[in-house]
Amino acid sequence: MSYKAKFKVWRGEGGEGRLEDFTVEVNEGEVVLDIIHRLQATQAPDLAVRWNCKAGKCGSCSMEINGKPRLGCMTRMSTFEEDETITVTPMRTFPVIKDLVTDVSYNYQKAREVPSFTPPADVRPGEFRMKQVDVERSQEFRKCIECFMCNNICHVIRDHEENKPAFSGPRFLMRIAELDMHPYDVADRQETAQEEHGLGYCNITKCCTEVCPEHIKITDNALIPMKERVVDRKYDPLVWLGNKIFKRTS
Amino acid sequence: MTQTTPEAPARRQRAQVKVRTLRTDRWWLVPLVTFLGLSSFLVYGVWAIIDTSNFVEPYIAPFASPCLSTSEVCDGARLFGWAPIGDWYALPPGLLILGLPGGFRLTCYYYRKSYYRSFWLSPAACAVQEPHGKYTGETRFPLIIQNIHRYFFYFAVVIGAILTYDAVLALVHKPLGLGSWILLVNAVLILGYTFGCHSCRHITAGRLNHFSRHPLRYRAWTFVSKLNAKHQPLAWASMFSVMGADLYVRLVAKGIIAFPYA
Repeated sequence: MSYKAKFKVWRGEGGEGRLEDFTVEVNEGEVVLDIIHRLQATQAPDLAVRWNCKAGKCGSCSMEINGKPRLGCMTRMSTFEEDETITVTPMRTFPVIKDLVTDVSYNYQKAREVPSFTPPADVRPGEFRMKQVDVERSQEFRKCIECFMCNNICHVIRDHEENKPAFSGPRFLMRIAELDMHPYDVADRQETAQEEHGLGYCNITKCCTEVCPEHIKITDNALIPMKERVVDRKYDPLVWLGNKIFKRTS
Repeated sequence: MTQTTPEAPARRQRAQVKVRTLRTDRWWLVPLVTFLGLSSFLVYGVWAIIDTSNFVEPYIAPFASPCLSTSEVCDGARLFGWAPIGDWYALPPGLLILGLPGGFRLTCYYYRKSYYRSFWLSPAACAVQEPHGKYTGETRFPLIIQNIHRYFFYFAVVIGAILTYDAVLALVHKPLGLGSWILLVNAVLILGYTFGCHSCRHITAGRLNHFSRHPLRYRAWTFVSKLNAKHQPLAWASMFSVMGADLYVRLVAKGIIAFPYA
């Protein structure tokens, strides 16, 4: 069964733009990205949208649908009322290139600032021996498809552009947590998480977890454990004393 | 050697959307309900500190437990008959006690989320622009003090043990009254909330990278992780249970609730 849906789509370049109204056909089983493609095919051939897999696995079609960050390809039209006007805008935290396509290079810059996996000098490739129980905690974080919706929704940079240099966002703080929890990683992640990547800016309001299309428990399993590790390192005198006296390792 | 200078990228800006949010759902409902819930807890706490009807054999109101001084009328609820601060303290017992469980909840990761959202609107809801011009989060004073949470956790374990002791004391009393069961349910919820704490999760084994070398700690972590997944509902349930149990004991003490086996 098909019907005509009302859409408002943000159109413009370099930040200047406006919401344009469209009325477009919707068929059963379609998702928002299908409708955007139909708009391209029938009414707005120059409408820019980034997409790739249409299966919720590439993270390309991140956009804001009725004000919430969503993957266009995973947002079913059946979740809306037929008489509802659906508003589609680009991700608000990142600069617009054109229409729904944003410049997400901030994320790649932050990714480069996280030192890669650092094994002990005396362990050579092929000598790693890890038990499943030791790696499964960080395996959850490997599900990330880098749609950057967590960084987009995070109010630390969404509402405060000036925090971008100091804050790497949930995506990369999660990456730091993943490496810090790795049994064979020896790099100092805790000090840098707080001082260079801005973990202290996070006030754990969990929006990153709410929008994650892979349902990764970013806040509970990565950011808060990382905050606790930073407390061990910087703010807890008893842990510091215990580490000194008993020469503890994890 | 040839040097190249990267071309300056064209200055790009975010999409200019002149409304605070484009969300069309009732995003304001959760922060509003949270604000009302937490405010009611604060108001009740202040009243409970002032109110002196906190003991009736065999119940002691959770907000006034433990009974620490001999100047309080709570002889039957002393911890092993012990009154460590003697008779010099004559102010309401809640003033002495409530700072510890209050601090535990104030610095709790779940409550931080809830009051940052509902009281400070930072943000009120996801994708709703916050009203503040500047944001530094928990990087500096006073919010950097939130890092003290684990110390409040240690005290909260002691408070949880005391509330369990109070419940057991009431349960072994004859005749058995409804209040004993109320105190027991409250103690169970308080312990569930306390041991589901993120700091507890970290202390058990969260700080480790090699779970396989510490099987007992890993099992404890697994158990705490299950409780931790229910931290939000346990936070609310234990908050209302401690208010409810406290109010119940006070109403019995005042004689307002006076049915048999109360």
